[in-house]
Amino acid sequence: MPEATVPFKIFRYKQGQNAGHYDTFDVPIDEDTTVLVALQTIRRDQDSTLMLRHSCHHASCGTCAMLVNGREELPCVVNVLDLRSSPVVVEPLRNIPLVSDLVVDMTDFYARVNPADRPYVRHSEFLPWAQTPDGIDSYSRFENCIECGACVSACPISGTDPDYYGPAALAAAWRVVEEPRGRQPQQALNWVDNEKGCWRCHVAFECTEVCPSGVDPGGKIMALRGELSKQKLRGLFGFGRR
Amino acid sequence: MKNFHALIVGGGGTGAAVAHDLALRGLRVTLVERGEVTSGTTGRHHGLLHSGARYAVNDQESAIECIEENLILRRIAPGSFEENDGLFVAVTEEDVEYSHAFIEGCAECGIPAQRLTAAEAFRLEPNLSAETILAVRIPDATMDAMRLPLRFFASAKSNGAEIKTYTEVVGITKRGNTVRGIRVMDHATAKHYEIGADIVVNATGPWSGQVAEMAGVDVPIRPSPGVMLALRGRLCNMVINRMTPSGDGDIIVPQRGLSVVGTSSWVVDNPDNLGLPKDHVQRMYDEGAKMIPRVLDAPFRAAWSAARPLIGERKADAESGRALSRTFKCFDHADEGVEGFVTITGGKATTLRGMAEATCDVVVEKLGLEAACRTRETQLLPFEAYYT
Repeated sequence: MPEATVPFKIFRYKQGQNAGHYDTFDVPIDEDTTVLVALQTIRRDQDSTLMLRHSCHHASCGTCAMLVNGREELPCVVNVLDLRSSPVVVEPLRNIPLVSDLVVDMTDFYARVNPADRPYVRHSEFLPWAQTPDGIDSYSRFENCIECGACVSACPISGTDPDYYGPAALAAAWRVVEEPRGRQPQQALNWVDNEKGCWRCHVAFECTEVCPSGVDPGGKIMALRGELSKQKLRGLFGFGRR
Repeated sequence: MKNFHALIVGGGGTGAAVAHDLALRGLRVTLVERGEVTSGTTGRHHGLLHSGARYAVNDQESAIECIEENLILRRIAPGSFEENDGLFVAVTEEDVEYSHAFIEGCAECGIPAQRLTAAEAFRLEPNLSAETILAVRIPDATMDAMRLPLRFFASAKSNGAEIKTYTEVVGITKRGNTVRGIRVMDHATAKHYEIGADIVVNATGPWSGQVAEMAGVDVPIRPSPGVMLALRGRLCNMVINRMTPSGDGDIIVPQRGLSVVGTSSWVVDNPDNLGLPKDHVQRMYDEGAKMIPRVLDAPFRAAWSAARPLIGERKADAESGRALSRTFKCFDHADEGVEGFVTITGGKATTLRGMAEATCDVVVEKLGLEAACRTRETQLLPFEAYYT
């Protein structure tokens, strides 16, 4: 049974239009309704032309990331009533090219992340202890990065400098350094050691703030800087590069 | 050779595999999907690469199909799976009783199965219930439900297939009784247009009844949703299954930093309106905790529903018995007097490649082509290649 009707104010844009605008839809909501389910309800019952990306519905694929009330979120795990807002404002990610409505084009995102050459999943692992139940916040696995683009959307440098690799790509590079699994850590370090890479970050930590998976891209960028600085110091004192 | 144009409706795992298969056979391929790729049933499954063991007692045809495809996918999609195997755990005497038929069934289907004592099982999985009596290790694995199909899409694209997302079918065009193409709405530009084709493949899973109706043919589909529950934290390394005949809440699949408990089953009319029954979510907790008690105190991440395509018997099949397989179904609607239109539905994520092979064999035969399937030995591109 619906417990409330909540207005959703949604960014709309179709290719060929001069500018975007906002449409408002009233959506019946119950205590379990997520923002994603509300958007699907609009698509089903009110406007079948509404475009949005979604796939797994449980924060595992990263497809649905968008702005909910101005903040990068995965709408599949945002409960509407928990927001306590009327209207709920929904917009596409920033700093990633817009296709239409809430849909962004991830081509450029992957073009930036791919050179890190990170493995996506662990082929096999048996942990000798239980990694529970504190949740994924309590330990760091790069696989937690679901490539949703939230960090890039929130990053002030990605918004102003198109040459910047961005937080997702740099976190991926650190993953290769921290746990190479057959990859080339020095190659990853060399790749980020420049003004488009880890030295461009202004340490705003907006990326870490919005990451829905606890990857901490800001911390990973600092780790890259630390490792490169250590190598340079070793070089100064004649120990050569690792 | 005439460059035949095949048009696929539906951008889930099945459509992806059909596009890849037909592109490799040299056809011109266009796929349309009304939303994002894998936004229907495909993206929402629990991420299990089946060993087939789940079906080894009651449905050996499915079991054999699963173990064959399991091995093929590991070969053609390296890097897509966490290959930690799976356990079937017995926590009651009834479960232990079932384990005999289970191990026998696995042997009959060619599924490697290794019986473990409780102590051996605890060494692999420290979170298992203290009630565990024994376990059987089988070659289950886990996958990313979206990124494996993306590799099929990526490979299809590199072989010339055109993948048109946000392109919704609004009608099917026929000349006489032959399907000649489709009418679509492009949601990115808000424009309608037509796409002509020599053959149309309906790969829309639980939506296949709706699409078939546009062509004036019968696909008796009932969308059958199941509930899944994602918990934060990795409760297990391996896929944990309950040693029972298939039931609610009988599996826990680790997905990187999450653990997914599945699933239940009911029937709805509209695949776009599934709902999320509260008692089903509770059942995931109750049944999951019988295998791994910490299910009860792991932090909640998400609960959701996904619709399986449950298929009944068509009038034409009852008469001809032509359905290709009991595990999935490929219908050539020529038997209802409509040419140029084929439906593939049913099956499971693990068997997407095999379903596509069977469907594409029908497609090339209908077009009078001789072009063998090449997907068994063709390694798939990385998923990122879909975007870049």
